[in-house]
Amino acid sequence: MTAVAEPGLEVGKARVRKEDARLITGRTRWTDNIVLNGMLHIAMVRSPVAHGTIAEIDVTAAKEMPGVVAVFTGADLDAEQGGIPCAWPINGEAEQPRHVSIAVDKVNFAGEIVAIVVARSAAEAKDAVDAVEVDIDAIDPVLDMDDALTDANVIHAGLGTNKWVTFPFDSVGAGTTSGQTADEVIAAAENDPDSVVVKRTWRQQRLIPAFMEPRSVVVDPTGEQLTVWSATQVPHVLRTMMSMVLGLQEHKLRVIAPDVGGGFGGKLQLTPEEILTLLVARKLSRPAKWTETRSESLVSAHHGRDQIQTVTLAAKKDGSFTALKFDVKADMGAYFGLFTAAIPVFGAFIGPAIYKLPAYAAVFTDVFTNKTPTDAYRGAGRPEVTFAVERIVDEMAVELGRDPIELREQNWIKHDEFPFTNAGGLTYDSGNYEAATEKALALFDYAGVRREQQERRESGDPVQLGIGISTFTEMCGLAPSRLLGALGAGAGGWEHAAIRMLPTGGVEVVTGSSAHGQGHETAWSQIVADQLGVPFEDIEVLHGDTQVSPKGMDTYGSRSLPVGGTAVVKCAQRVVEKAKKVAAHLLEASEDDLEFTSGRFGVKGTDKGVTIQEVALATFTSHNFPEGVEPSLDSEYTFDPENFSFPHGTHLAAIEVDTETGRVHLRKYVCVDDVGSVVNPLIVEGQLHGGLAQGIAQALFEEANYDEQGTLVNGTFVDYTIPSAADLPSFTTDRTETPATSNPLGVKGVGEAGTIASTPAIVNGVLDAVRHLGVTQIEMPTTSQRVWRAIQDAKGRATEETPVDTHSPGAGLGSIDPNNPQGEVQ
Amino acid sequence: MAQVRVTVDGVNYADDVEPRTLLVYYLRERLGKTGTVVGCDTSNCGACTVHLNGRSVKSCSVLAVQADGGEVTTIEGVARDGNLHPVQEAFNEHHALQCGFCTPGMIMQAIDFLGDNPDPTEEEVREGIEGNLCRCTGYQNIVRAVQGAAQKMKPGAHAETPATAGVGQ
Repeated sequence: MTAVAEPGLEVGKARVRKEDARLITGRTRWTDNIVLNGMLHIAMVRSPVAHGTIAEIDVTAAKEMPGVVAVFTGADLDAEQGGIPCAWPINGEAEQPRHVSIAVDKVNFAGEIVAIVVARSAAEAKDAVDAVEVDIDAIDPVLDMDDALTDANVIHAGLGTNKWVTFPFDSVGAGTTSGQTADEVIAAAENDPDSVVVKRTWRQQRLIPAFMEPRSVVVDPTGEQLTVWSATQVPHVLRTMMSMVLGLQEHKLRVIAPDVGGGFGGKLQLTPEEILTLLVARKLSRPAKWTETRSESLVSAHHGRDQIQTVTLAAKKDGSFTALKFDVKADMGAYFGLFTAAIPVFGAFIGPAIYKLPAYAAVFTDVFTNKTPTDAYRGAGRPEVTFAVERIVDEMAVELGRDPIELREQNWIKHDEFPFTNAGGLTYDSGNYEAATEKALALFDYAGVRREQQERRESGDPVQLGIGISTFTEMCGLAPSRLLGALGAGAGGWEHAAIRMLPTGGVEVVTGSSAHGQGHETAWSQIVADQLGVPFEDIEVLHGDTQVSPKGMDTYGSRSLPVGGTAVVKCAQRVVEKAKKVAAHLLEASEDDLEFTSGRFGVKGTDKGVTIQEVALATFTSHNFPEGVEPSLDSEYTFDPENFSFPHGTHLAAIEVDTETGRVHLRKYVCVDDVGSVVNPLIVEGQLHGGLAQGIAQALFEEANYDEQGTLVNGTFVDYTIPSAADLPSFTTDRTETPATSNPLGVKGVGEAGTIASTPAIVNGVLDAVRHLGVTQIEMPTTSQRVWRAIQDAKGRATEETPVDTHSPGAGLGSIDPNNPQGEVQ
Repeated sequence: MAQVRVTVDGVNYADDVEPRTLLVYYLRERLGKTGTVVGCDTSNCGACTVHLNGRSVKSCSVLAVQADGGEVTTIEGVARDGNLHPVQEAFNEHHALQCGFCTPGMIMQAIDFLGDNPDPTEEEVREGIEGNLCRCTGYQNIVRAVQGAAQKMKPGAHAETPATAGVGQ
């Protein structure tokens, strides 16, 4: 006898996660845990030089080291390695510079692989790395984007320039606004006494995703299918891309993402290491494993952000915005990864944010430099433009002498104006900025904090108070396939689901999205429990193995629930449709007389009925089955969204700045997010917390610094300062719920919201605390030193540069002198 | 080679190891205790935290031979008789983990910390676990879990006891 679900909906319940049971007891399946018979270990030899030609790589001594089985160089593997393509190059016509997995004759960033050591143990492989002699003739590295754009020193000779593409978006050209272009409006406003133009240039510093689980790859070439385990967000994308790059038959390749320890975009990649581990395993006909060290990860796994943004906002003196323009230079690093070229451009369409703009333009210039490649990092394109918009609106409020909330409200889309097509061409289906803002202001005690701010200013308190505001929106649910196609992406944005009804009452749900901490097992179980009326506990969610889940587009872009979750809903509806035919037969009733509630098909007006599990058993035996009906309830569904979804929210930060030391203290953080309907509030809150931590870390703590030789100087967790528990406060999170209209669940996605919203909120707050002292700009991260310098500069006092030798690696947060980022170079 | 005799999660082992072998690699590669993981190479992240003779250590900073004659408890050994440790339970109840990679180390550190400070403030918890990095949770639910576990572990508090029988306050 199978159980029937308790009445009441699972969706909306704060269920604790079912996947925790293994994770809290150490019964985990990280890729690095995998041990196979005869497995060899790989260690990479990486270039210490950012730019140069390879003169010689001498592997003789390394080959003699204990336990070493083989050593390969680029020359050994070049014929097989192909090139890693950018799947969304934006500029489809130009030939992409070849991204080799192992350098052959030239290196283009410090950390690029130049040789591979294969040994019987990981320790022996690492020992032998030091015995490989690498002789590189250094070329001046190209590190600054403006220098790069002069093309005095071209990194990819075949391309002939360091500029990949300039992508222009103009709202008049795109037909999303009429009348004057943004350039025309801005030019006219500059000469109009009734208008104000605010123009600023900001830097989005380079960040490192820094997922906690270092990347790892295991390849077993001994089976019928070549099996790859990888700490990846994208097993399906990986399978297809690897087949294409290496000329493998896709059906001979199986990719498994076992337990994966975080990604944040950083594991949304086809990596050189995945390709090389496969090549080595195949060459030696033995299983092989590569697991990176943290230092290796920080220098070689792709980085994020790294843009210079020039932002112009024009407004009438009454506060109404008339035009917005971005001019952005984006650092690609040395090579393209999977989405490198597209990440900055992805922000173009959401650039108008929540505001009604009569004219909008955005120009993105993608530039190559001799640094680690950049690619997706939590938010991917949206944090950058959101920062630009929310910062420039604050600047405009200062210019006009207006309250920044009030100025936003004057210009934002009102709740009764949805659906609304923004000047970037996106149609926002739903939203209510008034409701979220009102709730946030109340939770924050906005008037009270403003009062305290005024009091502190008047009393000349050494600790000043600022209020940081961010009223953001973003685009989630990546993505409508036809739209991706129109933008030149190499793949669609659908997601797949399959449901199998087992004869003993259990349900297997196969999803193409690949969780690595997001809680799909729990959330998908809740969804299916409601749809099929089976107990939460009787549902098993399967994912991450192309043999189990053969079809999928994986997890990124806050897409899992709006796209993958919708596929699950539609798939479950198919199961019910199939089961209904069988139930009608079993009950000797017409399908029209059946109603399906809480897992049971009942004949209307009678007490006759049959549960869906009983139908599953009857389908399994097929003894008593309707004629002409396929004996299976199992179903599949591939869902392609028609639109993105648009979470929004109002984030408020109370920030104390010690004007004597520059120390920034985040005293209070309130956010009210509207992520649509919520499947599991516990998981949603957790996603917000984590997102906030990463966005706040960009504003306050993190930055990947290079010295003038092109060496990453904070390439360890000593110096790359991801925040600890002691660096963050508890956040006050709340929600409003305006359901998305683009999917049956009404969900919008929540993975990136906290990160996108919080960075400008923090920086706006830091500036608000010290603006009355004459400070107008502080670069991110706003370390004590930067804030202190800005205050001194505003007072007209010269500040001495901190001598390089006072930098102390290991001093923790803020130990890198922003003016001398090279620190102590060993 | 050096010999190491050590009790890990209640089982006695005697092995020859290279003197340079770190405890974490001995646990993972020799004993198959892969619940304990390696997250960095500079002793910053704490993912490898275990207990050595009752105190938390980052097992990447201890040589296996230093554990000779000692007793090691890993995340795989804290549940007793099939019952989860209250800190493990609290991590589940408070959604204090997402990807779960930092979780073993975080739980081991939290257990040790609560031994020193059985009734910590939020601030004290934050400082007590600052040697363990998490990239997913923003720490808020971890702090809640540690404080929640502290309440459950107070003398007289038994989670399983019905409320009518007098649960400790």
